[in-house]
Amino acid sequence: MSDAKDVKMISVTIEGRTTSVPDGTTIIEAAKTVGVLIPHYCYHPGLPIAGVCRMCLVDVEKFPKLAPACATTVMEGQVVHVHNEKAREARKGVLEFLLINHPLDCPVCDQSGECELQDYTFQEGRAESRYEEPKRFNPVEDFGGDVMYVPNRCILCTRCVRFMDDVAHDPVLNVSERGDRAFIGKAEGHDLTHAWAGNVVDLCPVGALISKDFLNKARAWELDRSASICTGCSQGCNVTVETRDNTVVRLKPRSNTDVNHFYLCEQGRLDYRWINRRDRLDQPQVRVQGTLRSVDWEDALDAAAAALAGRRVTVLASPNSTNESLFLAERIIARQGGAGVFRVSIGGEAPLEGVADLSLRAERAANATGARLLGYRDASEGLASSSADDTLLVLDDVLEGALDERIAALLAGAAHVVHIGTTLPDVIAARVDVALPITNHTEEEGTFTNLRGRVQRFLQARTAPGLARPSWFVLSDLAERLGAGTGAYSAADVFASLAGHHASFAGLSYATLALRGLPVVDAEAHGLTVQMATV
Amino acid sequence: MGYPHSSHERETPVLSKYFGDPDARTLAGWRARGGYTSLDKALGMDPVEIQNIVKDSGLRGRGGAGFPTGIKWSFMKPDGKTHYLCCNADESEPGTFKDREIMRWTPHALVEGVAIGAHAIYAETAYIYIRGEYSEPIRLMQAAVAEAYASGILGANAMGSGKRVDVHVHRGAGAYICGEETALMNSLEGRRGNPRIKPPFPAVAGLFGQPTTINNVETLAAVPHILREGAEWYQGLGREDNPRSRGTKLFSVCGNIARPGNYEVTMGFPFGEFLNDLCGGALPGREIKAVIPGGSSVPILTREEAENTLMDYEGMVASGTMLGSGGVIVFDDRQDMVKQIARLARFYAHESCAQCSQCREGTAWTTRILERISAGQGNARDFDTLLSIADNMSGKTICVLSDSCATPVVSGLKKFRAEFEAKLGPDHSRGVVPVLLTSNRTVAA
Amino acid sequence: MTYGPSAGQLVRPPEHHHDEPHVPVFVGARRDELDTIMSRYPTKMAALLPALWMVQDTHGWVSEGAVEEVAQVLDLTAAYVKGVLSFYTMYHQHPVGRHFVQVCTTTPCNVCGAEDVVHAFLEHTGCGELGLTSSDGRFTVIEVECLGACGFATPVMINNEFIESVTPERVARIVAEHD
Repeated sequence: MSDAKDVKMISVTIEGRTTSVPDGTTIIEAAKTVGVLIPHYCYHPGLPIAGVCRMCLVDVEKFPKLAPACATTVMEGQVVHVHNEKAREARKGVLEFLLINHPLDCPVCDQSGECELQDYTFQEGRAESRYEEPKRFNPVEDFGGDVMYVPNRCILCTRCVRFMDDVAHDPVLNVSERGDRAFIGKAEGHDLTHAWAGNVVDLCPVGALISKDFLNKARAWELDRSASICTGCSQGCNVTVETRDNTVVRLKPRSNTDVNHFYLCEQGRLDYRWINRRDRLDQPQVRVQGTLRSVDWEDALDAAAAALAGRRVTVLASPNSTNESLFLAERIIARQGGAGVFRVSIGGEAPLEGVADLSLRAERAANATGARLLGYRDASEGLASSSADDTLLVLDDVLEGALDERIAALLAGAAHVVHIGTTLPDVIAARVDVALPITNHTEEEGTFTNLRGRVQRFLQARTAPGLARPSWFVLSDLAERLGAGTGAYSAADVFASLAGHHASFAGLSYATLALRGLPVVDAEAHGLTVQMATV
Repeated sequence: MGYPHSSHERETPVLSKYFGDPDARTLAGWRARGGYTSLDKALGMDPVEIQNIVKDSGLRGRGGAGFPTGIKWSFMKPDGKTHYLCCNADESEPGTFKDREIMRWTPHALVEGVAIGAHAIYAETAYIYIRGEYSEPIRLMQAAVAEAYASGILGANAMGSGKRVDVHVHRGAGAYICGEETALMNSLEGRRGNPRIKPPFPAVAGLFGQPTTINNVETLAAVPHILREGAEWYQGLGREDNPRSRGTKLFSVCGNIARPGNYEVTMGFPFGEFLNDLCGGALPGREIKAVIPGGSSVPILTREEAENTLMDYEGMVASGTMLGSGGVIVFDDRQDMVKQIARLARFYAHESCAQCSQCREGTAWTTRILERISAGQGNARDFDTLLSIADNMSGKTICVLSDSCATPVVSGLKKFRAEFEAKLGPDHSRGVVPVLLTSNRTVAA
Repeated sequence: MTYGPSAGQLVRPPEHHHDEPHVPVFVGARRDELDTIMSRYPTKMAALLPALWMVQDTHGWVSEGAVEEVAQVLDLTAAYVKGVLSFYTMYHQHPVGRHFVQVCTTTPCNVCGAEDVVHAFLEHTGCGELGLTSSDGRFTVIEVECLGACGFATPVMINNEFIESVTPERVARIVAEHD
């Protein structure tokens, strides 16, 4: 670890605004500290510097030539112009050069509306083309995985090559040939199958690398976007959920230097279709004379409370349940007596080697850590014994797959079964007394705790189907009826109550979590932190 | 010697003295001609002493940049790190063919110069990067290096000095850009020949990340002579009123000239006399129209301008051009300047490494416009477009290949405008429909 | 590879050249030679251009199989090797005629009639067109950029053989001497 106090600070003036930055900072990064965006393509803070696109050329006083801001470190007292005539003319020149071979694909290109070539050309480029020659043409290629390459649109910024080389450590892309014949190439039989390869689509500033999954699906300007968290594993990558007419059409990574930097793995990125599933439990159901009937919420909650009253409860929770709903269910356990367990599937890990502590994690759920911190046990470590007088409260565990004997016994042997879930699987429907419909994580707000103990908020991205309600809302009502209520009726207030009851979360609040998250106070004590190698 | 012609009496043959003499190629032959005495001396000297002698001689880089060699060597400090010397034998500047002659007639001169250079910069290893097309020079240099090792001149105990000097020949594979010093290093490392951004400078972090100096063949070949005859001797060669350009220079003369070949003259020689007297002037019945004096990347001169120029760094600049590599390309009155400038643009387009947007696209665009004009399909907008493109290509890229493409376009349009205008065709309306070119790539879609 | 006025005449690949299995190059004496070459550099990667030359000197061109072999021997990826290979125009990525004729047509030679030399070669080899291999497999003719023998116009390379001062009149004899 370097001593912060030993770092030399350099003062530099960019577009008339003076800033002080550590020695070794590039002009492009220094500019960000005073809110100046220097237009660029090949530069990316997660990648090694290339300095090839030449978009970021700035006019530094006393320099004989324009300097590439991404590759030039600041010097004391420098005065830098980004938007004077010389720099603007240079950028206009670069834009013109990039457009001469570039096809007029905007009407059919997926990048349209979120294309940096469009953006800068509109802002600073020529209004008309002076190019009167034939354009270079190459056919589209399948790069494997989810990625298609459209060479005609490529501006050879080489972000994709540098990502695969230096971040993914899987050098399957290259720059082939020379001059304006150059294109991004790969070797036969070696495709973009790396678990994180899809990030090249995000990195590509234009529509040269595109997602097959998203191909022709929606226009960028039709999308609504919300900040959320990926539920594919316990890494807790920050994502943006993008919807069109209330249907999730794409997930994009949201940058967070403490979790996923700029990246999202393919598993997380492409697994969103379940969010749009139509076979939802969307009406409260109560078993009346042997048959499940739709009832209104008040009746359903009364029936659920009746099933739980005076009995010990076993809560079988999905590890994708939020901290808020797990907390409220834990309040009910505390009141009634009993225990809470969760089952989490395990899969192979797939690290992004060039980034510290970033991987597709073995635990394939977003909140197993939260469940543990809130007193739930992993069912694989054994179920506490339950009796035939107990009620089973299933919190969105779908009891899928090989129905573990113990779970089957629990289901069969419980006095009552109350299910709070997004769907109603047959195996539960056959047995359940009360089924209460809830939202999935895109239809509510809440928090998850990732494997490092980082508590992160997610926001609502779409509306819920039917009569489904947020799980914390349903559990609040239920807890109230059982005398275990917290008096909180917003997600933020539930979280505040959680923080009051559980020392790990002490002091955290929705306000302080914001959209970057914070670690639980005793992450280290719980063995959640990673020992970083000391420099 | 103006090989393949015999030396003209007004030449000053130093490097070219043995051009055409096959006996000079062998180790024994080179020794008989005074070879390796300088290296022997140098290996017993402190590197700084050698650097100072070369500084005092006024030797400047002969590859085209003209940077004072002694000063370049002095950037290399005894820091205990592994240092490298690279000899740039990638000679690919159109019009230039002097290094080829040095290597195939006096390979040992280069081995000696490289070894002295390595010692002078605290390097134990030197690589001679020879362009892939130079099969004969490669063969002869490899043979000379082998001879030098066999006789103990090179190796762990070079000439019994106790110092290690290793020299390896490395073959290029067809890329003009690898003559750019940072691209050369990348190519040597087994990478695409992409120029690097500076800083860091090679003397700080170059080949394999280590402090490195890159010198041209002609520069290094001069070093043994300077050590033998003295810095003052070298300083004594050149015109009196210009202390900044000293010594001799090999000028490669080609194109429409009576006696093409390499000529070695002292710096500051009058260009008009050079062309008409030494080189024999125009071919019978023709007249010289234009001259590019320093390889295709320097501005074109008209005959009148050339005849009023002095052949050294400052003299060329005074005439609005540059000494460059000293490749003299002569065009006579039968030549179509538009066609030839278009052909030069095509050269640069072929050689662009593709990193910088301006160069990658600009060289191709320039070529397409010029070839269209050359085919009689030019229009009135083209000239302004060409000049605008040239301006956008200059001073904005990692290396100067981009500027080099712009240079003949700008000087050509300036000085031979009439030839361009004569080619204009019927003016098209703006609605020209581009014809799509098909790719012949064999990758399945 | 693309055509186009920007490109010069690049070689047009014949169809179906992936069929023959690659015969390993770096075995026996050639492996020893590569090891010697590798000892001259501090990294394996630096032996890449020399290794590719050895492949081309052995098989006449560098196939996908050769790319895999070189990658494996030097601890590089096939994509990396291909990226470097395709940068340098002297390497062939597909089979060419037994005698690969390269005529310099850059300006200094161009003003000395290099294009006439090109036409003479196209005629006498029977290739007819730049980049195509003659039907008897003997010749491929292309234009190349400055060969560095401008005072000896027009220089021509045939594989690694360097011939100076070629005029259209000499072409028939040169072609006849290369069977």
